[in-house]
Amino acid sequence: MSLYRTELRRLTKRRFTRYMTLLGLLVLVAVVLGTFFTNQKLDADAVAGAERQADQQYEQQVRWSEQERAACEAAKAAGTPNDGRYPDDCSVISAPPREAIEASWFLPSTFNFRETFPETLIPFAAILALVGFVIGASFVGAEWSSGGMMNLLLWRPKRLTVLLTKLAALLTGMLAVTLPAAVAWFAGFWLVATFRGSTEKVTSGVWQSLALTGVRAVVLVLVVTTVGFALASLGRHTAMALGGVVAVAVVGQFGLGIMLEMANVRFMEMWLLPTYALAWMQKKVTLQDWDSCNATVFGECKPETFDITWQQSSVLLGVGVVVVLGAALWAMRRRDIS
Amino acid sequence: MPAVLEIEGLRKTYKSRRRGTRNALDGFDMRVEAGQVHGFLGPNGSGKTTTLRTLLGLIRPDGGRMSILGHEVPEALPVVAGQVGAIVESPQFFPHFTARDTLSLLASAGEVPASRIDEVLELVGLRDRAGERVKTYSLGMKQRLAVASALLKNPKLLILDEPANGLDPGGIREMRTLTRNLAESGMTVLLSSHILGEIQLICDSVTIISLGRRVAFGPVDEVLAQHSSGAVRVRLEATADLPAAADALTRSGIRVSGQADHLMLAGVDKPATVTRLLAEQGLYVSELSPVTVDLESVFLELTATAPVPGQHRQVDQSLKVGGSEQSEATGGGWGA
Repeated sequence: MSLYRTELRRLTKRRFTRYMTLLGLLVLVAVVLGTFFTNQKLDADAVAGAERQADQQYEQQVRWSEQERAACEAAKAAGTPNDGRYPDDCSVISAPPREAIEASWFLPSTFNFRETFPETLIPFAAILALVGFVIGASFVGAEWSSGGMMNLLLWRPKRLTVLLTKLAALLTGMLAVTLPAAVAWFAGFWLVATFRGSTEKVTSGVWQSLALTGVRAVVLVLVVTTVGFALASLGRHTAMALGGVVAVAVVGQFGLGIMLEMANVRFMEMWLLPTYALAWMQKKVTLQDWDSCNATVFGECKPETFDITWQQSSVLLGVGVVVVLGAALWAMRRRDIS
Repeated sequence: MPAVLEIEGLRKTYKSRRRGTRNALDGFDMRVEAGQVHGFLGPNGSGKTTTLRTLLGLIRPDGGRMSILGHEVPEALPVVAGQVGAIVESPQFFPHFTARDTLSLLASAGEVPASRIDEVLELVGLRDRAGERVKTYSLGMKQRLAVASALLKNPKLLILDEPANGLDPGGIREMRTLTRNLAESGMTVLLSSHILGEIQLICDSVTIISLGRRVAFGPVDEVLAQHSSGAVRVRLEATADLPAAADALTRSGIRVSGQADHLMLAGVDKPATVTRLLAEQGLYVSELSPVTVDLESVFLELTATAPVPGQHRQVDQSLKVGGSEQSEATGGGWGA
């Protein structure tokens, strides 16, 4: 227990931890403030204004179509060769129906909590996962490269206990940041919706769904933090984790993506990690193969689809954590410390 | 006297595709008795640090047995770790923490009372600089901090690897006094150093390692005596009598080499024999002094690492135990 408390103290004492956490939280605050200032509440005037704009747009379309039809008929009467500008039958030039021009197109941006908030949990998880990854990698990487780990092992010669206690302290720290941040995130966007949008139709079912998405966001943050920690411990340097991520991003994602695209692989996104992170957060990602055509009874051509679910993502995340953390623990137990 | 530290037949082999196999420790033995200051000497790459790291559980041995305070290690390290303070090689600390923070975190992890921090800071002379970040420290100050961290546990066995490294002359003297005081208080100190004069001054016993094997061990006096040549310098009242004296001594089986104003004798068991022999010949001795050896010369002789003019000795070129030949360089000092 004393080791756990010590590691928590060490984590919070580190300037890097403090600055990175502060930076991450400031970015989150900036997102909330940005959303607040770029949205506004829809009152009767705004709706009436939008209706007026939609009417104007419709009238403009009517005028334009009448002008075009007249020009078409004039060209036809003059026997001007049809250069493709007008159709053979000028009567098909007509204005769209009034209902095709929606007033909502002309409404100012507004924040609908029920519709928009779930999407905001993705950047929330991404930002805190990045912070967790870097802090996790640095927390153990700096210990290895500065000799702190060796010093600690002279005091506590149980290697696995030391590494796992460090990880436990790190995850506690991340949880202590992520949970209040999540609560603040929910509250912040509720306020945004209250003052700059709408909080209508947020039923208990919606709250339950949002809470579950929030839990998945927290789990994602902890998983990515653990991977950063384990990679840096495996390489015994912070740079190992950061370099590993750059390598995976450049080679494993961009490079692989380009290669799969050149090879015309179907559903190429299923080979890319961000797809699984997205599926984890959204519960499902539907990939589409636009090269295929599934004809419907109405003669439409619908692309073939492939679903990646959060359950599949959970398997990938679980296996990833077990493999990387297992390798780090194995290396900690077996490798000499020199 | 009970042994605080015992090592028998310790082996550690490093294998590398490029460099082949290298025995960093090749059946190494060591014994340190309670309450002693024990010097641990060896050339660079001889296996000193590997021994200490292995003893402290940082390196996995390939064979042999080790015990600390009567407990077999590395198995019992969690039991004895609280009684062993150690610094291994150059001191390394997280550069952005202050000395006090560093010691506080270690004390907290080891469940040592916080009051002990001030005591050790005082002991190593860092009391007034304890609030500064370690990255602003000189090598000598980091060394003092390392010693402070090792003393924090108030250990029964203190292992210091090159503790005087980077210290100024005053610091070296302070370290010497501190080491002696600690030993007098009942602490056993294992001291690895290249400053042989220091070792000779403060150590009760020594172990000398070369190429992973013990080449000499025992109380400092005994090690020096074992490797002294038994040489005696003789001066007579009259320099003109030197040839006659040399003749008389040679006839008695003593090896004599004549110098301009004195004789050098070798293979003399008892200097009194020389006095008696010469007196019987009517030759009177004005000076009869055994030629002493120091630890440095013994070390250089045992490890065959004395510099030879015109030659550049490589790191692993030193003596193999039980032989006088120079070993073949196996390339690099890695792993030691």
